[in-house]
Amino acid sequence: MLGPFDYALLVTGFLVEVAVVVCAIYRGNFFRYLPLNLYMACTALVTLGQYLLIRRLGFTSPEYLYTYYYSDSLLTIVLFWVVMHFYQQLFVEMGVRRQIRLAAMLLLAATAIFSYAVVHHNRAHLTTRFVVELGQNLYFVGVVLTYLLWGAILKLRETRTRLIQLVLALGVYFSATAGTYALRNLFPSLQQHFLHWVPPVVGLWLPLAWAYTFAMVSEAARLATARLAVKTR
Amino acid sequence: MIAALICVISIAAFLQFFVSYCRSILASTRKVELSDRVREATGISDQNVAAEDFERLLQLVRLCPERGEDQNEIRVVWTYYGLMDVLNRIARPIFPGVAAWAQQERQSCSHFAAVALDRRISYSRDLFTQQVADRL
Repeated sequence: MLGPFDYALLVTGFLVEVAVVVCAIYRGNFFRYLPLNLYMACTALVTLGQYLLIRRLGFTSPEYLYTYYYSDSLLTIVLFWVVMHFYQQLFVEMGVRRQIRLAAMLLLAATAIFSYAVVHHNRAHLTTRFVVELGQNLYFVGVVLTYLLWGAILKLRETRTRLIQLVLALGVYFSATAGTYALRNLFPSLQQHFLHWVPPVVGLWLPLAWAYTFAMVSEAARLATARLAVKTR
Repeated sequence: MIAALICVISIAAFLQFFVSYCRSILASTRKVELSDRVREATGISDQNVAAEDFERLLQLVRLCPERGEDQNEIRVVWTYYGLMDVLNRIARPIFPGVAAWAQQERQSCSHFAAVALDRRISYSRDLFTQQVADRL
């Protein structure tokens, strides 16, 4: 049974996800960040669908559980498209659009093959334990991709504040979610008391941070990336 | 084994991304000079704002009418300040270099709070002026 806080998280999540798309349209950035906006629109639709399923079938129904985990995995794959778009934006002047597209297709194929292998291996028990493992692996691929992107941003001394903040917010989201999934795999008992709250709260982070970036940081804003690298004296 | 490895790497990546994200927010106010108005209101006379002033500055920020748009960044910087505070306390006896870096970051957070206060005071003044003009 969900409490008022759970419902508040669901409704807030939906509103903030819609806000990102509205903000991007208002600022005239919808097509410039098309994959990101499509991802946010899909996430809002999934949140709405989850809400309807909870109301109709209940939070503990197998239909809701499977919809939750599999839509989450599908959304993560859509999020890879967003990461690839960021790569394209970063390497726009190098004219490597085709190579990035090829790499994206290879990555998607590799993820699909890997997922198929996992599904094939676990076909006898396609339970929530399997979807947790799948989610953990997908998010971890996201962490690695975003980390490489961040490394490229630092190396190329990228100065576009908006791009930097969008990528960093995505990195926070991927790593927090992958960590949560891994903790859940390691300590299943933590799920009931603590980890149950983490994914919805982390899920709020990404649309909030992106909405903030679209609303507050102009496309023309610049930032010295050297200031962002952590260096202790 | 794989889950443990993913967990450790993800936590390390999370910390790095979060610190860089916070620094990208702090960087936007780093070069902003504080007005005499905010110096007078807070009693800050030095060129640099002290790291310990953060909480006091944040309390003053909360007393001013909200601008709405700065809420998110204030929340993020508040979390970052807390993280740096803990790091500073833990690292002081063992890694003085890390503690010094954390202290510098806390100072940047305080400067950010002072700039936020400055902006809110300006906003309050504008609101007041607008209300007076409307009455006339």
